[in-house]
Amino acid sequence: MLRLSAQTTAADSTKYKSTKLKLDEINLVSSYYKQDGNNAVVTGGTGTEELTDISNTIDVRLLKYGKTGIKHTFDVEAGIDHYTSASSDRIDLQANSSASSADNRFYPSVLYTRENEEKGSTLGLGLSSSTEFDYQSFGGNVSYSKKTKNKNGEFTAKFQAYLDQVKMILPVELRTPNSPSGTESRNTFAGSLSYSQIINQNLQIMFLADLISQSGYLSLPFHRVYFNDGNVHQENLPDTRLKIPLGVRASYFLGDNIIIRAYYRYYTDDWKLTAHTADLEVPVKLTSFFSISPFYRYYRQQGTQYFNAYRAHTAAEEFYTSNYDLSTFNSSFYGAGLKFTPPKGVFGIKHFNTVEIRYGHYTKTTQMTSNIVSINLKYK
Amino acid sequence: MKKVTTVIRVGALVFVMSSISCESVKEYQKGKLNDSEMVLSNRKIQKTENSFQTYREGASGANGGKTGGGCGCN
Repeated sequence: MLRLSAQTTAADSTKYKSTKLKLDEINLVSSYYKQDGNNAVVTGGTGTEELTDISNTIDVRLLKYGKTGIKHTFDVEAGIDHYTSASSDRIDLQANSSASSADNRFYPSVLYTRENEEKGSTLGLGLSSSTEFDYQSFGGNVSYSKKTKNKNGEFTAKFQAYLDQVKMILPVELRTPNSPSGTESRNTFAGSLSYSQIINQNLQIMFLADLISQSGYLSLPFHRVYFNDGNVHQENLPDTRLKIPLGVRASYFLGDNIIIRAYYRYYTDDWKLTAHTADLEVPVKLTSFFSISPFYRYYRQQGTQYFNAYRAHTAAEEFYTSNYDLSTFNSSFYGAGLKFTPPKGVFGIKHFNTVEIRYGHYTKTTQMTSNIVSINLKYK
Repeated sequence: MKKVTTVIRVGALVFVMSSISCESVKEYQKGKLNDSEMVLSNRKIQKTENSFQTYREGASGANGGKTGGGCGCN
C-alpha cells in the first residue's frame, strides 16, 4: 500500500502542466492557554502570573503550476488572540481592573513560494504584521532552498527582519511630566541556515543554525524592578542582543506504525543566557486513520547576568530585570495529541480530512504552571 | 570553559550524525519519509505552544520558525 502511494506521488511529481490557481489546503487552529505562578514581572518578580489566552488562526494555501512546470504557492494566514492578564492589570497598582487587564492581538501574514521541482530550487518571500495595544510589528523574510542532485538533501538559507514599535506605558507611580511617551523601536534581524538529509528509507535529519541580532528598546516599559533599598524602577536591559541557537532534528519510522521525532537545541547569547532544549514525540498509528502522539520536552536555562529577584538588585547595577523568564530554571512540557484522518472525511465530509487535538502541561521550577489545549481542522 | 565543553559536545553530535552513511533513496522509496508525521518542522497545531514558550523562556530560534521579534517577548 505504501509502495503504491509512493509510486503515485513520484508519477505526479514528474508531470508538469499549467493549472489555474486552486485551493490546496485550509487549516483552522484554535488554542486555549492558561497559566499561573507567583513571580509576575509587572510587580517586580512577585505576585500573580495568572493569564489566559484564546487564539484562532486560519491558514489558506493556494497553488498554481506555470507552463514551465514552476509551482507557485500562496499562503495567506490571519490570527487573532484574546488574552487576559492579572499581572498586566497591575500597571496601575491601585486599580481593581484597568484597561491593561485584557487585550487582543491581530497577526496576518502572507508567504509566496516559487518552486522549480525539476531543478529542486525554491524561492520564498513573506510579509507579516502583528498589532496589539502596546506593540506593533512589521516583518519580512526571504528564503532560498536548493536540493542536492539526488534530491536526498536540501540546503536552505533564510533572512528575516522585524521592525517593531513598543508603546511607552510606564507603571502608574513612575509616570512624571518628563516621562518618555510615544513609542520606541526594536529591530530584529535573523539569518538562518539549515540542511536536511535523508539517511535511508526510514530516517531523515536536519541541522539548523541561526544568528539573530536585536537592537533598540529590549526592555518592556511596564516591568518593575524593586531595589534592595525599597525604591522601584523600570526594567533596564541593554539595547543590543546577539543570539545564537543551534539545533538538530531527526524523524525515524520504526517498523510500520511508530514514528520517533526528536529535537535538540543549544542556545547562547551575549546577555550570558544559555539553554538546552530536548524534545521527543512518538506518534503511534493505532489504525490507518487514527494515531496518538505522546510527547515530552525538557528545557534547562542558565539565566541572564542581569536578572535578580524582588528587592535583590542594587543601585550600583547598570542593567537590571526581575523577569523570571530570564532567570535560571528548568521546565518540563508533556502531553499527547490525537489525530483522526478518516478515509471518507471527518463526519463524512470528503475534503474535511483531518482533525487533530493536542493537550500539554507545562511546569517550571519557579513554580509557574500552565495548560494548553489546541485543535487543528484541515480541509484539503 | 563550560561553554567550550558544550560547543565540543554539539560538534561531536553533529559529526556523529553526519557520519552515518546515507543511502540514495529514490522518489518511489519515500513512502514513509513523506508521511505527515515525519516532517522536519513544527506542525501547525504547535503554533500557540511555540509562541508561549518564546514568551516564557529566554531562548528562541533554530526551529525553522520565528527567531524572536514580532511580539513583546524575549
